Amino acid sequence: MTEPVLLSVEGVAVDLPTPRGNLRAVDQVDLKVGAGQTLGIVGESGCGKTMLSRAILQLLPRKAKLSGRVMLDGQDLVQLAPERLRKLRGRSLAVVFQDPMTSLNPVLTIGTQLIETLQEHLELDVSAARKRSVELLAAVGIPAPEQRLMQYPHQLSGGMRQRVAIAIALSCEPKLLIADEPTTALDVTIQAQILDLLAREQRRRHMAMIIITHDLGVVAGRTDEVAVMYAGRVVERAPTPALFKKMRMPYTEALLAAIPKLDAAPHTVLPAISGRPPDPTRPIKGCSFSPRCRYAAGECFREKPLLAEAEQPDHQYACFHPIGTAAGVEA
Amino acid sequence: MATLELSIDEQVIVAPIRKTRRLGLLFWAAIGWLTFVFAVAALANLLPMPDPTAMDMLERRQPPSMLHWLGTDGLGRDELARLIYGARISLTVGLCAPIIGITIGGALGMLAGYFRGRFETLVVGSMDVLLAFPPLILALAVTAYLGQSLPNLTLILGVLGIPAFMRVARATTLSLARREFVIAAQALGATHARILLRELLPNVFLPLFAFFLLGVAVTIVVEGALSFLGLGVPPPISSWGSMIGEGRESLEIAPRLAFIPATTMFLTVLSFNLVGDTLRALTDPRQGAL
Repeated sequence: MTEPVLLSVEGVAVDLPTPRGNLRAVDQVDLKVGAGQTLGIVGESGCGKTMLSRAILQLLPRKAKLSGRVMLDGQDLVQLAPERLRKLRGRSLAVVFQDPMTSLNPVLTIGTQLIETLQEHLELDVSAARKRSVELLAAVGIPAPEQRLMQYPHQLSGGMRQRVAIAIALSCEPKLLIADEPTTALDVTIQAQILDLLAREQRRRHMAMIIITHDLGVVAGRTDEVAVMYAGRVVERAPTPALFKKMRMPYTEALLAAIPKLDAAPHTVLPAISGRPPDPTRPIKGCSFSPRCRYAAGECFREKPLLAEAEQPDHQYACFHPIGTAAGVEA
Repeated sequence: MATLELSIDEQVIVAPIRKTRRLGLLFWAAIGWLTFVFAVAALANLLPMPDPTAMDMLERRQPPSMLHWLGTDGLGRDELARLIYGARISLTVGLCAPIIGITIGGALGMLAGYFRGRFETLVVGSMDVLLAFPPLILALAVTAYLGQSLPNLTLILGVLGIPAFMRVARATTLSLARREFVIAAQALGATHARILLRELLPNVFLPLFAFFLLGVAVTIVVEGALSFLGLGVPPPISSWGSMIGEGRESLEIAPRLAFIPATTMFLTVLSFNLVGDTLRALTDPRQGAL
């Protein structure tokens, strides 16, 4: 990574108290995002990726306990006073959520929501804020933006709503945009459009972006680096090309294998990952993927592998028997 | 990385189409009646009417005539004038008391639903205490200590309405507060005050306002009941409830003296209920589609 580091997540852990005991949603995660870079966080449901994004935004549920450091531009967000944190949000940090049905206020017009955000942060007067709103809506590919300002969210399609949500997130020129499953609730044809829109705006504004998704296909070709999460931990982290060329962690391989392929013969059985993710209230000894891993042996059940760099710098993984190495062949 | 140019036809939308919902004849009839009652009550001083408190002992319980359109009551006072001035009292109490309720109850409910925690426990607990207190005893106690007057009556009825408004506001806020648009607003650096006033209030207001209209209807009836029991406004001021109470004495000779104010109250309450229900029906489907 040549760019200066914008966000650095150091040893972040999130604990949620539940009736069944303490739930460790995020476990000792270290991440770095350079200015203007894109990081993809991939993992299945419940692996802690949304909790991690909320931890970065400091918007965890009230009962959650956070430890570690979230450094944005040299400031630790965890230690920041609420008032300073509030001012930082929007201007430095913005977020796009999964479901555009619920991320816009249903009873306010799009214009009101955009204009008020602009007025709040950039201290523009109404007409200037209005002008900028129209520009923003046009920039995210909304036709007839002038008329759209007067419409309510329910009058727009899902894709349009997500574009509006992106426009609101971009309105204050954030340095870091977190897109939490931005395309999951959308039609497949719209997904590519939204992802391309995000990529284009990111390059134009030179902003850093974190794309959270369960689909390795989404991060391929659109991110500089990928972190694969499993059971609250980052299990593999590598520059995107390296990861797809030479993945080490069996979980990453299994995730990729679970994507349906266009050239597969009809009626091919999709190689799903058997079993379920471990119960996060009952931490297991050893590698958390071991019960579902087809390479697991001996030490995998006894000891937790640590995330470490091996033969390649930048390529880290947490596995005793990585694929394509001598230790992996043995197993 | 290739950027796919977004190809969306620009000509599709010219102007957003506004869908008008059919509200039905009953709704408009109710609005018409309410407008009429409000207009008459507001313009009572300008209407060519006899004084509602001027007694004429020789003209007691007269049937309707050109001079007295609805006849006279047991003390020879013009029934129509009393009905119209009574509308003022009934509507004032009927509107002011729920306004107290919607303001205090709505604010407490939203704060409780948004901040949760110990504050919520305190608010809900104290509202439960208020609900458990017999309302008639409270009304008797307050009128006994503070005296029988229009502001006192309004205050009692207003305070009694707070728990219901609090519950509606809190329930709605609870269901909204963890929605993504609230988290999105927080992520954009909105203050608590901004989230409460700009994000949540517009959402909470619609169901709360529909409930307010039902509250007006209930308050008019309760005010009538209290006035009928002699706990309402002091005579000679008339309210619909006190008119029914006075008319009770001459129910065999001139039943209209009780039935005219009763009918007026019935129509008004029905109208408020109809309007409130229609508005609630309008807001409900949207609520489900949030």
